[in-house]
Amino acid sequence: MRGLTAPFAATGEQVINMVAGSGRLAIFLGRLAREIPPGLRYVHLFFEQCVQIGLASLPLVLITSLFVGGVAALQSAYQFKGYVPLIYVGTVISKSVFIELGPVLTALVVGGRVGAALAAEIGTMRVTEQIDALETLAIRPMRYLVVPRFIAAIFMLPMLTVFANTIAVLGGMVVAVNRVGISSVTFQRGMKLLFDVNDIYGGLIKAFVFGAIIALSGCYYGFQTRGGAEGVGESTKKAVVASCVGILVLDYFLAEVIFQLLFGAR
Amino acid sequence: MIKIEGVHKSFGSLKVLEGVDLEIPTGENLVILGRSGSGKSVLLKHIIGLLSPDAGRVLVDETEVGSLGYNELAKLRRRFGMLFQMAALFDSMTVGENVGLALRERGGMKEVDIKEIVREKLAMVGLKGIEDKAPSDLSGGMRKRVGLARAIAMDPEYILYDEPTTGLDPVTAQQINVLIRSLQERLNITSIVVTHDMASANYVGDRMCLLYKGSILFDGTPEDIANSKDPVVYQFIRGEAQGPLTDGTADIEVHTPDPVGQEARHGE
Ligand SMILES: Nc1ncnc2c1ncn2[C@@H]1O[C@H](COP(=O)(O)OP(=O)(O)OP(=O)(O)O)[C@@H](O)[C@H]1O
Ligand SMILES: [Mg+2]
Repeated sequence: MRGLTAPFAATGEQVINMVAGSGRLAIFLGRLAREIPPGLRYVHLFFEQCVQIGLASLPLVLITSLFVGGVAALQSAYQFKGYVPLIYVGTVISKSVFIELGPVLTALVVGGRVGAALAAEIGTMRVTEQIDALETLAIRPMRYLVVPRFIAAIFMLPMLTVFANTIAVLGGMVVAVNRVGISSVTFQRGMKLLFDVNDIYGGLIKAFVFGAIIALSGCYYGFQTRGGAEGVGESTKKAVVASCVGILVLDYFLAEVIFQLLFGAR
Repeated sequence: MIKIEGVHKSFGSLKVLEGVDLEIPTGENLVILGRSGSGKSVLLKHIIGLLSPDAGRVLVDETEVGSLGYNELAKLRRRFGMLFQMAALFDSMTVGENVGLALRERGGMKEVDIKEIVREKLAMVGLKGIEDKAPSDLSGGMRKRVGLARAIAMDPEYILYDEPTTGLDPVTAQQINVLIRSLQERLNITSIVVTHDMASANYVGDRMCLLYKGSILFDGTPEDIANSKDPVVYQFIRGEAQGPLTDGTADIEVHTPDPVGQEARHGE
């Protein structure tokens, strides 16, 4: 009997865990929403986090965007050869960078870096009772720890994306000029050909949402941490996975909403 | 006055507290003794509302801690100071910021005044001029004392000490004992001190109780406990390896190396 029911029990347990998990997440989001207005007074913590999340991610974003732009130029030229005029290299690079590559790849690399850092920091604070200590000092951890990180992330991701877009397009142009043999004037004419400022705005709205996902996964799993260094490792892992998967899944739905509903209806 | 009534607490299948009753009148120093893992820290966390009981309740001046909303609980907590067993210093802040955090959060004070209070509280625990150090650069005993300075920074009415003298050298430990006593005498503070250190317990305790198997086995004055004939109490305060506390619970195998009969310890 037991052998037969075991799979059902296991599945049932997973379902229960999932339901309990979404319940906890909902409670977490509700609390965060309530704590945002009063949490805005921690301006100095907000700026600290802007440095941690934004400024300190610049080198990483610089390197990744440079190469992303470069490879986009190389590959599109390879695919176009003989079929599509090479002037469209500039067009396809700028469009794909603004709409997709800039926001998504920035969010993925920053999500790895920042999601892990947030989960590890808050998780360590949890297991060393620093969060309990905040509570005993009548300070709300949600207001004091999560709000500044959350706000900083949703501000910094669009800014990093603007930076990434610029670098990626520059990287694409450098490669297009030096390796493909398109003149920089042609590349820029290509960029202007089908330029639509909504591409940039749409990408930045995405980046804003991705910032929220990154901060939420890091802080949520940090808060859930149990049991010492191993627990911290576990929640760091979960935070990175959640932010990467969340970014890619939400990217699709954001595309539906932003580029189909909002900007596509013309 | 703090009143603990029939508090039960389990973590999963592990029953930690199974009906704890205690009353601590204002101005008294109560020492809680008990073996490692008996639930002393868990009990302290119930008093300040970090954990909520599965059954029973905790009353502070007639208010039930578990019934409070977040704002009232925060208000109540401002009247408490808590020293954590592992100090729980905020490692992203300096020592001075740790001690001054609650003061800064409360607001309404000038920065120079906060600095002065921080300096004064650190001096009370025998630490001068370390405001700018990072907690990670301190020794265990120093961290403990910074934790104590942070706990008393807001001049609380109640202080919960989780092993205040563990990890301190005997001289510093005695200074902390004197400090705990003088806080009580000068400011009529009510304290609960969890400790394993019998010398400290005898010095700071007006009353002592022993937490054993989830409830209070013994409750009385230091003299009472010293004269107690209860075998568990007797074994505990003398720190003997053999006795009812260790019978049947062979959590640590107690034996002296015996060159002749290695098997002897398995023979029971
Ligand atoms: N948050 C928690 N989740 C699960 N179990 C816990 C939790 N807190 C404490 N416990 C368990 O409760 C029991 C009592 O723990 P507690 O920390 O109160 O012991 P203690 O009496 O303070 O011991 P020590 O003298 O070693 O500090 C332990 O078995 C511990 O594993
Ligand atoms: Mg303890």
